[in-house]
Amino acid sequence: MDIKLQQVSYAYSIGTPFEKYALFDVDLTIPSQTYQAIIGHTGSGKSTILQHFNGLLKPSKGQVHIGERVIEAGKKAKELKPIRQKVGIVFQFPEHQLFEETVLKDIMFGPMNFGVSETEAEKRAKELIKLVGLPEETLNKSPFDLSGGQMRRVAIAGVLAMDPEVIVLDEPTAGLDPRGQREIMDMFYTLHKERGLTTILVTHSMEDAAKYADRIAIMHEGKCVLNGTPHEIFSDAKTLETYRLELPHIVRFQQKIENMMNLRLSKICLTEEELAEEVSRVLRKGRDYQ
Amino acid sequence: MMEKMIFGRFIPGDSFVHRMDPRSKLLFVFAFIVIVFLANNVATYALLLAFTLFVILMSKIRLYFLINGLKPVIILLIFTFMIHILFTREGDIIFQLGFFKVYEEGLRQGIFISIRFLVLVFMTSILTLTTSPISITDGLETLLNPLKKIKLPVHELALMMSIALRFIPTLMDETDKIMKAQMARGSDLSAGPLKDRIKAVVPLLVPLFVSAFKRAEDLATAMEVRGYRGGEGRTRYRQLKWDWRDTTSLASLVVVTIILVVLRN
Repeated sequence: MDIKLQQVSYAYSIGTPFEKYALFDVDLTIPSQTYQAIIGHTGSGKSTILQHFNGLLKPSKGQVHIGERVIEAGKKAKELKPIRQKVGIVFQFPEHQLFEETVLKDIMFGPMNFGVSETEAEKRAKELIKLVGLPEETLNKSPFDLSGGQMRRVAIAGVLAMDPEVIVLDEPTAGLDPRGQREIMDMFYTLHKERGLTTILVTHSMEDAAKYADRIAIMHEGKCVLNGTPHEIFSDAKTLETYRLELPHIVRFQQKIENMMNLRLSKICLTEEELAEEVSRVLRKGRDYQ
Repeated sequence: MMEKMIFGRFIPGDSFVHRMDPRSKLLFVFAFIVIVFLANNVATYALLLAFTLFVILMSKIRLYFLINGLKPVIILLIFTFMIHILFTREGDIIFQLGFFKVYEEGLRQGIFISIRFLVLVFMTSILTLTTSPISITDGLETLLNPLKKIKLPVHELALMMSIALRFIPTLMDETDKIMKAQMARGSDLSAGPLKDRIKAVVPLLVPLFVSAFKRAEDLATAMEVRGYRGGEGRTRYRQLKWDWRDTTSLASLVVVTIILVVLRN
């Protein structure tokens, strides 16, 4: 399911003296089955933009295409439920949305709202609890007896249980320990690959964006200022600097190596493996050149 | 939805009224509420209205905010106006339509009551619009201080009030977030039969309570680790200062009261 934003602007408190634009003329197309990262500084409009992906916010100007549906400024949008089933959003700190007596019921809440039968919902819950890395016994516990990290996993399972085609992640690993962060990001990546989930990751982490995304969009002061592949985006450190964004660790490491050894690699490397290979290749050849 | 709430909001500014001491503002409003009831004829109501307009000018608050503050009470206002129109049967009939008769006295009373409402709402709105919640509590605490003698926990009350005020926006944000998260999971708060809508409130209220209790606990811990031990021997960061503005405004209120007493029947 393609998602397309055309000339989207959004203002909070419209029609009052507190009116404030958070998005200006954003154009962004996210084709089906891509892994799109959206990065930007705090207050750049990242969180506002993601609420347009399933009709939680309606553009003040412009159009949002979600698959076949069009949500247009100034027009009443009816029956948003089918969209919300297809586009799942994992909000920041999703553990705040847990409310049921048991983990099982909470995971079943989403699918049952969309008319999935109880047996089917239960089946999904049993599958997903393992997928997010928790033992099946967890299903009978109260979500409020779990640790923060476990609650996060349950909440994610609750969104995945709706069986969405598109999943929007707003800083899904904020506040988790490094290992938990890696596990969750890897899980989303596997889902993206295996089930062909279109994945939209809103993040601060350049590392995650570099590692997982097919394309990276950069938001700055309510505008979408850049959109390209990770290699394109991270090759241009100067432009990133103007948007107050840093390069990923691995690219900064590459720059250090280049300066130290006084050489220039043919491309920007985004993983350790890539960098090691590139460096060794240059070193092996290097003797002949100098 | 929540972001449209304007009633009870503080609008920072630098006007005469903004710079008044919260104590004098509180006293002023309380006294004003009392003297409003002195008015009982055209001259006195005109005076009240003029005085209120003068205060609005002094506060440099845009009329927009005051009109907005009126919105929650507009129905009450119309209702009381209609009651007077319909049930007061004194004086000449000025309008008749079958059974329906409007008496002169009824219209008079209706208009008077409406003006009374209007000036009361405007004055109290000006108080909250020009005074930050923190200064209101500070002012209230100092004004109530004498009641400590009869063992009223004044400091604790003021603290409770400021904490409550402080967390209203936070809780509103929180409600908004949780509502959106549950809507994204297919819960529908704004459509469907009433029964379903009431059911849809549970997924909203439970997380809200959980987070409110958690916040309260965190706040208590944070206060304790920073050595909070109640009001005893506590100094203030914001010193309240009574200056010429406060004296002048209270004096002007006294003058208005005297004129009211003279002019009323």
